[in-house]
Amino acid sequence: MLRDPRLHALARFAGLLGVALAVFAAVLLVFGKNPLRAYVDIFAGTLGSSYGFSETLVKMIPLVLAALAVAVPARIWLINVGGEGQLFVGALSATWAAIHLPGLPGWLLLPAMAALGFVGGGLWAALAGALRARGWVSETIATLLMNYVAILLVNFFVFGPWKDPEGVNYPQTAEFPAGALLPTLGGTRVHLGLLFALVATAVFAFVLARTRWGLEMRAIGGNAEAARRAGISITRYVVLLMFVGGGLAGLAGMAEVSAIQGRLRPSLSPGYGYSGFLISWLAGGSPAGIVAASFVLAVIVAGGDILQMTQELPGSVVNILMSVVLFVVLGRQGAGR
Amino acid sequence: MKILYGFSRADAGEIRLDGAPIAIASPHDARRHRIGMVFQELVQVPALTVAENIALFLPDLGAVLDRRAIARRIGDTSNRYGLATDPDALVWQLSVGERQRMEIVKLLLGDARILLLDEPTRGLAPHEVESLFGIFRNLRGDGYAVVFITHKLEEVLACADRITVMRQGAVAGSLGRAEATTSILVSLMFGGAVSPAPRGAPATRGRETTPILELRGVSVPPEGHATGLTNVDLTIWPHEIVGVAGVAGNGQRELGDVIIGLAPCRAGRKCYAGVDATRWSVARLRARGVVFIPEDALGMAAVGGLTILENMVLGDTRKYARAGGLAIDWDAARTDLERSLARLGVSIPSADRPIGALSGGNVQRVILAREMAREPRLVIAFYPTRGLDVRSAVAARELLARARERGAGVLLISEDLDELFALADRLVVVFRGRIVGSGAPGDGASDTLAMDDVGHLMTSGSRPVRV
Repeated sequence: MLRDPRLHALARFAGLLGVALAVFAAVLLVFGKNPLRAYVDIFAGTLGSSYGFSETLVKMIPLVLAALAVAVPARIWLINVGGEGQLFVGALSATWAAIHLPGLPGWLLLPAMAALGFVGGGLWAALAGALRARGWVSETIATLLMNYVAILLVNFFVFGPWKDPEGVNYPQTAEFPAGALLPTLGGTRVHLGLLFALVATAVFAFVLARTRWGLEMRAIGGNAEAARRAGISITRYVVLLMFVGGGLAGLAGMAEVSAIQGRLRPSLSPGYGYSGFLISWLAGGSPAGIVAASFVLAVIVAGGDILQMTQELPGSVVNILMSVVLFVVLGRQGAGR
Repeated sequence: MKILYGFSRADAGEIRLDGAPIAIASPHDARRHRIGMVFQELVQVPALTVAENIALFLPDLGAVLDRRAIARRIGDTSNRYGLATDPDALVWQLSVGERQRMEIVKLLLGDARILLLDEPTRGLAPHEVESLFGIFRNLRGDGYAVVFITHKLEEVLACADRITVMRQGAVAGSLGRAEATTSILVSLMFGGAVSPAPRGAPATRGRETTPILELRGVSVPPEGHATGLTNVDLTIWPHEIVGVAGVAGNGQRELGDVIIGLAPCRAGRKCYAGVDATRWSVARLRARGVVFIPEDALGMAAVGGLTILENMVLGDTRKYARAGGLAIDWDAARTDLERSLARLGVSIPSADRPIGALSGGNVQRVILAREMAREPRLVIAFYPTRGLDVRSAVAARELLARARERGAGVLLISEDLDELFALADRLVVVFRGRIVGSGAPGDGASDTLAMDDVGHLMTSGSRPVRV
């Protein structure tokens, strides 16, 4: 019926989403809310106005990057659940530049922050990759545990050495200098990070499909034994792909502090790193799928704010929707086995 | 064995028990007929105790475990047959020998009368083998029947009443213990056919001054249940096929892996074309002309989900990379693949299909074409004809011979003595990770090895004493 694999993927995606929305509707009914009204509010509030749409895009930026952070290592069956921690470390290392090099002009400071964010998040993940490559610790466990370390590390700096001296005891750094803020698109909060996300996705797709490294990655993913015997160094790819994945999450962290927060706060991410895992699974690791699924998830995340305002539901109620989506996806994959 | 225990079904023929034909469609049926099997890879739950593992198998297991009764039954049975087992020991803490004894107790408590044991002595220490034979004798005394499978002749002769020799899926002969001798068994196992006249080493050989490969005192630590290598010396000259004979699992895989750079040497030196290559990576060795022909191409050399052409490029991604790796020269790869396939006399419909869609023989041909397209200087062929149909096997052998003519050194690892005697210029025999014999294939005179000698070396590690 659906010969085209892309069409097939799309149908699968829509079906999963439909099931998840139906389950969440039941949850809303239990809360005594009208699910149809709630969905109408969500869609009107996110896709129905240019402001709502721009806010959805704002949420989509870190989601795409965090999803790539999972999808890149997943090409060779590495499971990176540390996107959140890598995002925090990326934000932290980018903040270092904003605090210590405030005099630099923006065209120099922003690239420095982006590079530091990438390298910071990348090294954080590569550490787990190196442990895995040596056969010591599963990268899943290592990245998961390092999330907590990363978040505490950020807390240490914002409660301690980098705390804003003029703040009213808020755990946050001072506001960044103007040169450390990513430019935004006329009047909205949509920022240059959107370009990072889309370019990163395009590069990922290109590398995978067209280059020598993409072929080697697909070979490792397809048959690691054959790849090893063909002279491809698997340990090198394990560390490298973890680095790149973590770097992309770090870039998301940099974009968040630089464009959205304007300073480093412990509350810089409402769990983007974890949602990235969900998106990557939802998209089956395909680059175009990641962009599409990120958009849908961004609607859900932004929808949480809307529901809070219109339906007087706690904003975190959308976490239920997200976890239902995750359940449906995992259940579906379990059934396919 | 699998048919007897109900894993596979017989296409033809019948199984008789006590003279009456029976049908065995599943292991369950086999157990109903009181046939029990001890597998080569023991199937046990390591985290549970011996008693718990055995209880899992009992047909009359109640809803509530009566631990004491089970322990008592285990104790009774094990004392009776000298199967020392501690019911409360955790399985993961036991040695292979202890786990095997537990497995036998399990079958006895499960009421088996006929016990099948698939290579139970593999991985056992000599004294454990001795005690296993003692157990066999006790069981025989009590009217049990034991079928014991092994590669080792001295073990068969030590404990069997009747001996059946299997060769390539058929019974090659069956005889009572009294008539059996090592020589008769060896000739049954290996066909006893007159060895075809070995091809003399080509005249070009001997002028070379540097061997293409030299292993000096190489040792590889064993991994898990596998065999390691101990102090292996091996030299391969250009224009030469060196055959490696041995029963599977005696270090062949490790030998191949250490040469292609996959397994690290713990001790010793490896020289490639006169240069120390002990620590070279797989990629570096391949770049200098080492190629590998696997037994199971789809498992060890090809990526099933990628196309034939992509698999071709995988053989040497550096060679086909353009713009520093940003692009791949598919046309060059296609040309090379077609040329190499033509040389093999093989044609495939389209190089753009996934290689996993091809038949096993064709996958092997494509991999042969890929590896041979690289102008090899050293070919490591790991059971290259196992599982191939006759025509493909002949083509693969011709290819190895042609590589030799073109000046490559070839290491041919095989179990098929006819193949080794037909192709190899020199033979080495591996046994338990050591090289126990070497020489040119011949009639056994002076430095040569006859098929008979090789058979003995393969199974016992030593040559028969000639009268």
